[in-house]
Amino acid sequence: MTKTFRMNEAQPRLLDETGQGIVGAPLDRPEGPKKVSGRAHYAADGLPEGAAQGVLVRATIARGRITGIDEDSVSGLEGVIGVFHGPEFLRNPAQGMAGEAPVQPGGEVHYHGQPIALVVAESFEAARDAAQRLVVTYEAEAGVVTDPARSEELEQDDPETAGDFEAAFAAAEVTLDRSYTTPAQAAAAMEPHAALAEWEGDELTLRGALQMLRFNKEELADSLGIPAEKVRILAPYVGGGFGSKLGIGPEAVAAALASRTLGRPVRVVMTRQTVFDAVLRRTETSQRLRLGADRDGRLRALSHDDRVSNIQGEGFAEPVSQASQFLYGAEGLSFAQTLARVSRTPAGSVRAPGEAVGMLALEQAMDELAEMLEMCPVALRLKNLPEKNPMTGQPFSATRLGDCLREGAERFGWDARKPMGSRREGEWYVGMGMASAARSNMLVKSAARVRLSGEGAVVETDMTDIGTGTYAILGQIAAEMLGLPVEKVEVRLGDTSFPGASGSGGSFGANSAGSATFLAAKAIRETLAGRMGCGLSELTLQEGIARGGNREVPLAELIEEELVEEASVEAGDTSESHFSSGFGAHFAEVAVHAYTGEVRVRRMLGVMAMGRILNEKTARSQALGGMIWGLGAALTEEMAHDPRTGHVVSRDLANYHVPAHADVPGDMTVVFLEERDDMANPIQTKGIGELGISGAGAAILNAVRNACGARVYDMPATPDRVIAAMEAAGF
Amino acid sequence: MPIAQAHATFKQESHMRTRFTVNGEAREVEHDTRTTLLDALRDQLGLTGTKKGCDHGQCGACTVLLNGKRVNSCLCLAAMHEGDEVTTIEGLGSPEALNALQKAFVAKDGYQCGFCTPGQIVSATAMLEELRAGDPSFASASLEGEMPLDDAEIAERMSGNLCRCSAYPLIREAIAMAAEVKS
Ligand code: FES
Ligand code: FES
Repeated sequence: MTKTFRMNEAQPRLLDETGQGIVGAPLDRPEGPKKVSGRAHYAADGLPEGAAQGVLVRATIARGRITGIDEDSVSGLEGVIGVFHGPEFLRNPAQGMAGEAPVQPGGEVHYHGQPIALVVAESFEAARDAAQRLVVTYEAEAGVVTDPARSEELEQDDPETAGDFEAAFAAAEVTLDRSYTTPAQAAAAMEPHAALAEWEGDELTLRGALQMLRFNKEELADSLGIPAEKVRILAPYVGGGFGSKLGIGPEAVAAALASRTLGRPVRVVMTRQTVFDAVLRRTETSQRLRLGADRDGRLRALSHDDRVSNIQGEGFAEPVSQASQFLYGAEGLSFAQTLARVSRTPAGSVRAPGEAVGMLALEQAMDELAEMLEMCPVALRLKNLPEKNPMTGQPFSATRLGDCLREGAERFGWDARKPMGSRREGEWYVGMGMASAARSNMLVKSAARVRLSGEGAVVETDMTDIGTGTYAILGQIAAEMLGLPVEKVEVRLGDTSFPGASGSGGSFGANSAGSATFLAAKAIRETLAGRMGCGLSELTLQEGIARGGNREVPLAELIEEELVEEASVEAGDTSESHFSSGFGAHFAEVAVHAYTGEVRVRRMLGVMAMGRILNEKTARSQALGGMIWGLGAALTEEMAHDPRTGHVVSRDLANYHVPAHADVPGDMTVVFLEERDDMANPIQTKGIGELGISGAGAAILNAVRNACGARVYDMPATPDRVIAAMEAAGF
Repeated sequence: MPIAQAHATFKQESHMRTRFTVNGEAREVEHDTRTTLLDALRDQLGLTGTKKGCDHGQCGACTVLLNGKRVNSCLCLAAMHEGDEVTTIEGLGSPEALNALQKAFVAKDGYQCGFCTPGQIVSATAMLEELRAGDPSFASASLEGEMPLDDAEIAERMSGNLCRCSAYPLIREAIAMAAEVKS
């Protein structure tokens, strides 16, 4: 029986007492040699004997009904095997943690770009050719709303409030009321979504590009109408996710269906264009920030309202004001959201849903308030550190926001910041900006198995490593707990035949799968203590030697048969009694070209407190990656739609501008402040992958303002917008 | 699932044969006339280290060395490379015997998911040669003379290789580290 541990109270900091000393160490990733030599196998790597290849066909109307798919239009083409469509096809990927099939629209089209059929052929070339030629006829609906700004199908809940915002805002000595927009954005993971399906009798094995296998298995089974026990998913390597691979997608279901009918393996890899068309995007937002403060900078009123969009039938709405609800607090707080329904590529989670766009607005508004108050932006934030979550009244489990702000200012040389527009180097204005960072933290039900033999240990869980460092950190936790060199621990991931973990998403993977691994290893420690005849607290395990009860025994001698323990963990009372979030501070220096408006980021610093760090090297990579995503959101990324049909215009990597080498400065620093979050989980960690992006873009935009006077309210701050804003500011 | 040459049994009139050298070995592939070098490497030869990120020459994940120069193999038709010499990531080193660049990527954590990584490494291999040969770039102060191996040069010259995990600063540290080891 698996023991499920509920996080009901603070746990001892066992990882600080164990003797191996490798938790937190900046170790290389164990799978690194495979990755750098091209031997790590991703979903689309490899075609088994006899495999056929499929290419998805997209709808070319915004909304309506398919009246015919003319298979004869391609059946004569050399190598074409068949055209597949039908009631099981997915409209779009499942939302994260859905655990059931997403919308299966039958013969209906709900957005331009929706995958409606799969053409399967002997070769990729034949399938691609046929997919482009396939004749599809439609009955298009008239008057379809494809522009979210014009949607009248609006959903609105009562605002979330604390205190009386209107009264506090009216009474405030200084007030600010600003509107911002952010465009739709794409996760654009480098690995396109891919699936390789193969049946053996009624059992399906799917190699997929997926982040959350425990849920994906249920979603795939439900989509196909088969029991979940008949499905096995493998995803040992995933080429990035960022939310885009949270749920089962159309490529997986289509591959499974075609493979079942044909009795041979079928591989379906989305083209890059299909990834843009048919994978959940981040919604565009329009946001309104109202801040009211005393002359001395104390916030009295804070309201953050937003409007986002999604297609009909999707429950997800980007939680734009998530961080605004707890980061500072005020007497009067109010947060209202409007969700507009629209016939466009559906929206879902993209790295740090909520904070990634909401903090661009909040932290620019704070910067502007600091200007109005003639106050240092760092000091304004320090003045408004809340004692507890201002909306819920929960105490924070651990917060070092103030320390991050002070430490960051010190390390960055913040006091050298000049008045707006006064630092010029040739044709470049140079400026500095900063912002706070916050991203709430979670623990999600997770299980893992640890085996210990004389040879070493093995960790098994269906958890994924999407670049996050799971292989490294789970190995380090197990090695630490069992007193083994890390090379003696093998980590096996990405296989649904292993115990089910949280999956990678919401920055909760390390917390959750890490805690399960920790607990399973802890159970093994208990057995070992029994064999040593000592209490658990007396047991020391180090370099393969067990010590306790005045004895010293090589570990191998304590183990006759392999010791196997499985453990599972879930959130408990501490998630109610306390509020857990990562906090940090971002600093940026930019140069803005006086005549073209081009923005060059010169350096960035992120100081973060995110609980116990499990591997300083992979954690730093995660944080840096997030900060660069912040750069993209601030300066380059914009998913453009044609307002007439709603189709994605910037549907490839030449038109959707993810940051490239030349956009990113070499001078990027991440500093972690020592912290333990005792209320978060048994290993005292917090999520990392999303804190780095939260606020980072705002630090850049605030630096642009300081450099050249341009305050850009419609993001990204492309040269045209910067120039216009500079002119508006009189530069 | 074993990687196999799935097309071995599929012979039709639009097929042709091309012979080239891959990682020092003479290879012959039978392929569709439309097959890219990338797909021939991945699916015919089972060399899946070279990745397909866009199939449009926009991401660099498919970078290979063609007669020593870096190219996007998704933009090359296999048919055009009769007699050519191709080097893929597999030809630069194996997990047991990594070369200096590969080791540096591991040591510096110059990757996260690893999907763009083979392309970054192959591209960097050729890029360092271009630098040594004195080929100027947009970041170079002058069109002639010695090109410095500084971060700005590496950033400019590596900009054809996207990394959505955004390991950029560490990728460049890794390249600089490997270049120093070599010189
Ligand atoms: S796959 Fe060739 S450049 Fe992207
Ligand atoms: S390491 Fe993931 S895209 Fe570069």
